[in-house]
Amino acid sequence: MKRVNQALPSIVVIAVVVALWWALVVLADSVIFPTPWQVIQGTMELARDGTLWEHIGASLMRVGVGFGIAVAFAIPLGLWMGWVRGAFVTLNPLFQILRPISPIAWIPIAILWFGVGNASPIYLIFIASVFPMIVQTTAGVHTIEKRYLRAAENFGVPRAKLFLHVVIPATLPDIIVGMRIGLGVAWLVVVAAEMIALRSGLGYMIMDSRNAGNRYDLVVAGMIIIGLIGLMLDGIMRLLEGMKNVRWRYAH
Amino acid sequence: MPTKISIQNIRKSFEADKGRLEVIADLKFEVNDGEFVAIVGPSGCGKTTLMNIMSGFLQPDSGAIVIDGRPRTKPNSKGILITQQGSVFPWLTVKQNLLFGLPDDLPNRDALADEYAALVGLKGFENNYPHELSGGMLKRAEIARALVVKPEILYMDEPFSALDALMSLRMQNELLRILAKEKHTVLLITHDVEEAIHVADRILVLSPRPARIQASFDVPFTHPRKLSSPQAQALRVAILKELGVEETV
Repeated sequence: MKRVNQALPSIVVIAVVVALWWALVVLADSVIFPTPWQVIQGTMELARDGTLWEHIGASLMRVGVGFGIAVAFAIPLGLWMGWVRGAFVTLNPLFQILRPISPIAWIPIAILWFGVGNASPIYLIFIASVFPMIVQTTAGVHTIEKRYLRAAENFGVPRAKLFLHVVIPATLPDIIVGMRIGLGVAWLVVVAAEMIALRSGLGYMIMDSRNAGNRYDLVVAGMIIIGLIGLMLDGIMRLLEGMKNVRWRYAH
Repeated sequence: MPTKISIQNIRKSFEADKGRLEVIADLKFEVNDGEFVAIVGPSGCGKTTLMNIMSGFLQPDSGAIVIDGRPRTKPNSKGILITQQGSVFPWLTVKQNLLFGLPDDLPNRDALADEYAALVGLKGFENNYPHELSGGMLKRAEIARALVVKPEILYMDEPFSALDALMSLRMQNELLRILAKEKHTVLLITHDVEEAIHVADRILVLSPRPARIQASFDVPFTHPRKLSSPQAQALRVAILKELGVEETV
């Protein structure tokens, strides 16, 4: 009951926005911009003939692969840069220069290098999500409280144990924050990348719906689905924050 | 009793805004094996610096820490430091914390961890995370983690100062109960004169900065001690006088 009460104001706001949208479309007597009902009908149509699931699957696959490679790359690198001062001093300036470049700016180069297949959006997702995760992981190692490192030193444990039981778990909450940011950016980017040059994915679906006969009901449907899946992905990452061995950082 | 720790003419100064700040000046004393020595001093007199040097985390400018006849320069598991802040790893359970300092190939490490959790009264909390424990329980976990590796020396730097007065007193009793079962050499730094009289065999009073040993008091009372006894009160007044606080009983 408490959850319902908490969710109530946000549900009301969404309902008001949808109602307003509906009313304005009707009042403006628009023929191109769809009403919410037309969007739902369009979504059902795509769901029935199966193309919707193909587009969703294609987008998620690209995000999964690109983000997965970025995680596998960023976390070890971030830990190394956090622990070894020389690595940080050497690599950090480069990453700080690359980081603010919008992934969209990489699109021409991605097409040049990887063509218009799956490799381009995967590369863009990698580029977009890898830097926040490196930066966050590195910062996580840097902010390990000295008292914990001293305690580990006091017990004289081997280096491998120090890493496995102190450095990595102490950094884990920051790694998860980095992954949350990284996945969010990855989802933003896949849609943008698919708008350029692909034949599948939610981004393609949106552009294709407009180009092939001004199907704005499907454009809006695509946008809403992107929003909902993004919310779901963030929810999955938030589940990681609930793990017992990282809760010490989030719960007070 | 043989000498366990010999602090030999320690000096330490730090770079400060106005030239060098001399924190410890020619400090020396000895601690016998199994002795419980408390060090009290005015705040800012360099107590924590001294503790960091004694436990091996900080190097003195000159002088030496000699343990069992051998100079010691780095921290090791023969002497465990317990601080006011505490350092129980929040990402490990109580049990995992206790296992941390034990070598992976120690055959009975699991049973040992359980035994020490029980010794400090944390039976049933082995699988809890530190943030699920109270401040007093967290201190017990810290003490258990220190003792389970069978150290020869405990370095305690204001271990109970972050607890409320009642809990602090309770933990002092707990410490005495545990030490009665397992004899250790203990060096305790505290600002609390009553705490020192309650637990220590001997009390050293430090001078204001730069720290030197200004006075030494034996505490000849048997346990359990009554702090309200006239002798204990007289000792308290004498120590406070050394610290520059005049007080009548």
